[in-house]
Amino acid sequence: MEISKEEVEHVAKLARLEITEAEKEAFSKQLSAILTYVEQLRALDTEGVEPTATVLEQVNVVREDKARPSLPVEKALANAPEQADGFFCVPKILEER
Amino acid sequence: MSLHKLTLHELQEKFTKGEVTAREIVSAYSLRIKQVEPKVKAYITLVKESAMAQAEALDQKLKSWRRTMPLMGMPLAIKDNICTEGVLTTCASRILGAFVPPYDATVIARLRGQGYLLLGKTNLDEFAMGSSTENSGFGPSRNPWNLSSVPGGSSGGSAAAVAADECVAALGSDTGGSIRQPAACCGVVGLKPTYGRVSRFGLVAFASSLDQIGPITKDVTDAAMLLNVIAGHDPLDSTSANVPVPDYTKALKKKDVKKLKLGLPREYFAEGLDQEVERAVREAAEELKKLGGEIKDVALPATDAAIATYYLIATAEASSNLARYDGVKYGLRSKQTKDLLEMYMKTRQEGFGPEVKRRIMLGTYALSAGYYDAYYGKAQAVRTLIRRDFEAAFQEVDLLVTPVMPTPAFKLGERIQEPLQMYLSDIYTISANLAGIPAISVPCGFSKAGLPIGLQILGRPFEEETVLRGAYAYEQATGWRAKRPNIR
Repeated sequence: MEISKEEVEHVAKLARLEITEAEKEAFSKQLSAILTYVEQLRALDTEGVEPTATVLEQVNVVREDKARPSLPVEKALANAPEQADGFFCVPKILEER
Repeated sequence: MSLHKLTLHELQEKFTKGEVTAREIVSAYSLRIKQVEPKVKAYITLVKESAMAQAEALDQKLKSWRRTMPLMGMPLAIKDNICTEGVLTTCASRILGAFVPPYDATVIARLRGQGYLLLGKTNLDEFAMGSSTENSGFGPSRNPWNLSSVPGGSSGGSAAAVAADECVAALGSDTGGSIRQPAACCGVVGLKPTYGRVSRFGLVAFASSLDQIGPITKDVTDAAMLLNVIAGHDPLDSTSANVPVPDYTKALKKKDVKKLKLGLPREYFAEGLDQEVERAVREAAEELKKLGGEIKDVALPATDAAIATYYLIATAEASSNLARYDGVKYGLRSKQTKDLLEMYMKTRQEGFGPEVKRRIMLGTYALSAGYYDAYYGKAQAVRTLIRRDFEAAFQEVDLLVTPVMPTPAFKLGERIQEPLQMYLSDIYTISANLAGIPAISVPCGFSKAGLPIGLQILGRPFEEETVLRGAYAYEQATGWRAKRPNIR
């Protein structure tokens, strides 16, 4: 399985990951090698085999919809790269008209 | 008397009897860390001052009240992907380089409830992705047995700290072997519990259906003691199992494996297994036979597919879990960005190291439109085949006995350029995570070059007691633990 540089660029964008020219080259080679290796799975017959997403027996775990103690605002914001007035700050998303 | 040489249960006994104070314990470990840490580099963060303050407070309290709990006053090291309130938790990543968790992981809350002493946070491959600690954003740790060899990974810092007597015991996490493989490399004991046995709340997620926290210790008794404290249901982790927790130290009464059937899976003794490792593991199986076990050949036919399955499922889950590092709520944010998309992309470019990026890329690809069924869906179906193999094997035997890794610890730098080669060294450990079963690594000898070799014992889900019993009987009969590394 060959992964072209263009495909690497596409996947990097999906992953919200900026990558350099050198990384494109390297990922193209390394991902091609890894995907070639994983192609061996095709040889296994999995017709009618249920997929395993988790080994657990329980399906949904629910709890009562009751308010519980939670982190105070200052603590929740303490690691934020940028904050103001009790909010997280991000670059402007919507343009002004 | 060198306190740092004692096991957890030996130190605990002395402390309970009042023969040693918490202050003396912290002093002894501070000195030991000062002596060997510059060579071993097991820790990312040391908190000796707060450990001393805690120790003094504890000694003060115990003056009037001398009833202790099993981990009271015990100096532990914690892998740096487990959240510790108020103490830096970096995951060995630049993206979390300054992250101070506002809460404790459940395992930490339980240790704190017993009055344990936190010595520091240990090194790992970035976000636990790797088998050598060379992927750490803060430089690799070294193997105490040979400083030019890797300590294994991803919990390499925890295993090295235990082996070098820089803590009495440690916690690690295991997604594909990250507790057992470094334990084998460093000649200590490492236990990956059944999936769901230990709460993952506060463990920074890598691959949520595979991750599990467990002990890395100087001997099997210590592993049972630590598991006693961290195991159990947690309402904060919906994947933690509501299964009663036995006293695991009671599993260590017998010192034999009479009436137990032990299976040697033939696929684990095939091509690629180093001769010295094979000999050590086969001799260990003979020893278990002498201890009363019945040895049987068993088959796990889907073993060859395990690595491919694992690296699709683990990377798919990782690509989703690591989407949270966006520079908004915590962690690094790139400085020069003009809009939101660029902020995401540059933050992640600057914050993640090469292996993490590679796995995010692989996982994103495996989940992307047009490839989902062929890669991720297929891997999930093969995961079922791997589980069925174990279910069938455990109809015939009670435990499986295998190597932990195909070779002893390799040299630093030897495999870092070849990601696929590095992945292949996980062949014997990843299936336990895919199947969710418990497995332990216990020392079973040394290579000619003087590097430790590990024996892996795997059991049925929630049968940690049987796994511990097998490991304990073997450990007591052989005494590999008597040999300690000479760090130079």
